[in-house]
Amino acid sequence: MPDADIRMRVNGVTRRATVPPRLTLADYLREHCGLTGTHLGCEHGVCGACTVLLDGEAVRACLVFAVQADDADVTTVEGIAAPDGELSPVQAAFRDNHGLQCGFCTPGFVLSVTALLRDNPDPTDEEIREGLSGNLCRCTGYQGILKAVRAAAGTAAGGAAAAEEPR
Amino acid sequence: MKPAAFDYHAPADAAEAVALLSGLGEDAKIIAGGQSLVPMLALRLAVPEHLVDLRRADGLRGIERRDGVLRIGACTTQAMIERSAEVARDVPLLARATPLIGHFQIRNRGTIGGSLAHADAAAEYPAVALALGARIQARSPRGERTVPADRFFTGMWTTELAEDELLTAVDFPVRDGRAGFAIEEFARRGGDFAIAGAAVAVELDGDDRVRRCGIGLFGLGSTPLRAAAAEASVTGAAVAGIDADEVGRAAVAESGSVPADLHASADHRRHVGAVVVTRAWRRAVQEAAHA
Ligand SMILES: Cc1cc2nc3c(=O)[nH]c(=O)nc-3n(C[C@H](O)[C@H](O)[C@H](O)COP(=O)(O)OP(=O)(O)OC[C@H]3O[C@@H](n4cnc5c(N)ncnc54)[C@H](O)[C@@H]3O)c2cc1C
Ligand code: FES
Ligand code: FES
Repeated sequence: MPDADIRMRVNGVTRRATVPPRLTLADYLREHCGLTGTHLGCEHGVCGACTVLLDGEAVRACLVFAVQADDADVTTVEGIAAPDGELSPVQAAFRDNHGLQCGFCTPGFVLSVTALLRDNPDPTDEEIREGLSGNLCRCTGYQGILKAVRAAAGTAAGGAAAAEEPR
Repeated sequence: MKPAAFDYHAPADAAEAVALLSGLGEDAKIIAGGQSLVPMLALRLAVPEHLVDLRRADGLRGIERRDGVLRIGACTTQAMIERSAEVARDVPLLARATPLIGHFQIRNRGTIGGSLAHADAAAEYPAVALALGARIQARSPRGERTVPADRFFTGMWTTELAEDELLTAVDFPVRDGRAGFAIEEFARRGGDFAIAGAAVAVELDGDDRVRRCGIGLFGLGSTPLRAAAAEASVTGAAVAGIDADEVGRAAVAESGSVPADLHASADHRRHVGAVVVTRAWRRAVQEAAHA
């Protein structure tokens, strides 16, 4: 089972590695890049904790192999805030509206909501609920998260800040 | 919860993919969006020695109109289908079914070819393909062939495709005449696989008789099902005289093996199944009458 050489841009930094094909993108980010903000809950696509942007699109990093992201652009939660550390509008809205408690699910929500608001900057409540349905949270009861998304949609920049256009 | 080791191949086109599959034999598996296969690898329900990834394979992605059909390449993602104006105009049933699949993050990766080849009995696309009489294009070392949807789903998670055969595209008939379409399903939470669902396509003639009808069922058997007897019972009949509840009952009565699991008993599924068929039938007929 030969290893494969891969190269990808993670949060704007080009990274090269030689990895076994069975390594998931989530494990690559956590173990090879040291980016442990991408969390793993279920590892089979259900919980959304591992959501990252792959060429601008929100995907489950546990359902992509690192070899499949060869040549791609990846954004993780570590790449969402501004370089000076100022939180993105989505992150700030989660903090301000009790959108998190333990924080385990939060990276996945932040990435999903960032993509959601980029594609639909002024969603209805129903569209927000539908857009959040792929991420599970065991603490907040979701109401704070809903409020956070509404608040982030209201800020001028919306979710666009850190999300690049899909290729 | 980690997949077993495998060798990875990323062929440049369909011909190379087919050559790899035939050379590697039954130890090889195709991966398209990975949204069904990777969970199965993680749970070790599948342990292939080789994965043949279609991500770099040219010519398998895209939506194209050609004589009376809309051809959708196997690797076209569910998200591309959801955003396509051609699909919304020419194959409205497919457009309406797509948002019911999982969540947007799943649809960003999942493909139409993967949905059909995976052949989950509870999935939306197989039922849509059955209701519309879609034709599946396949390619193997023996050449290309077309398989009608109602001969494609042969058993639980199994299809007419051979081990070394690639699904390359699906042809959907373009909407025509006084036609109406609807898909209805019941799931415990948005994005979950449905407990039961139905896709209905109806065409009326100038005298409000049913000229053609297709009913695809999901979640109601061990395979995606076509309710052929219920279709036959309404075809040719004056639509005003058809009892929608009876169409629902008749469609569900055709399934010999309604599944039972922790989400729903077989009786409950049968009940929900009849209700969703009835609702889809009513909406499809209403649309056809106003088309
Ligand atoms: C959380 C979650 C929720 C989901 N909910 C739903 C739902 O509600 N409804 C639904 O329908 N689906 C649902 N899915 C499944 C999803 O739609 C998958 O995308 C789809 O079933 C498979 O498509 P894929 O491209 O990901 O295929 P893969 O996972 O890559 O492959 C699936 C199977 O098809 C074979 N295959 C793929 N492409 C080809 C080809 N071109 N030729 C021959 N064989 C091929 C593979 O070898 C494999 O056996 C869900 C998935 C997840 C993770
Ligand atoms: S860890 Fe990827 S979806 Fe749960
Ligand atoms: S904040 Fe704890 S799981 Fe969501």
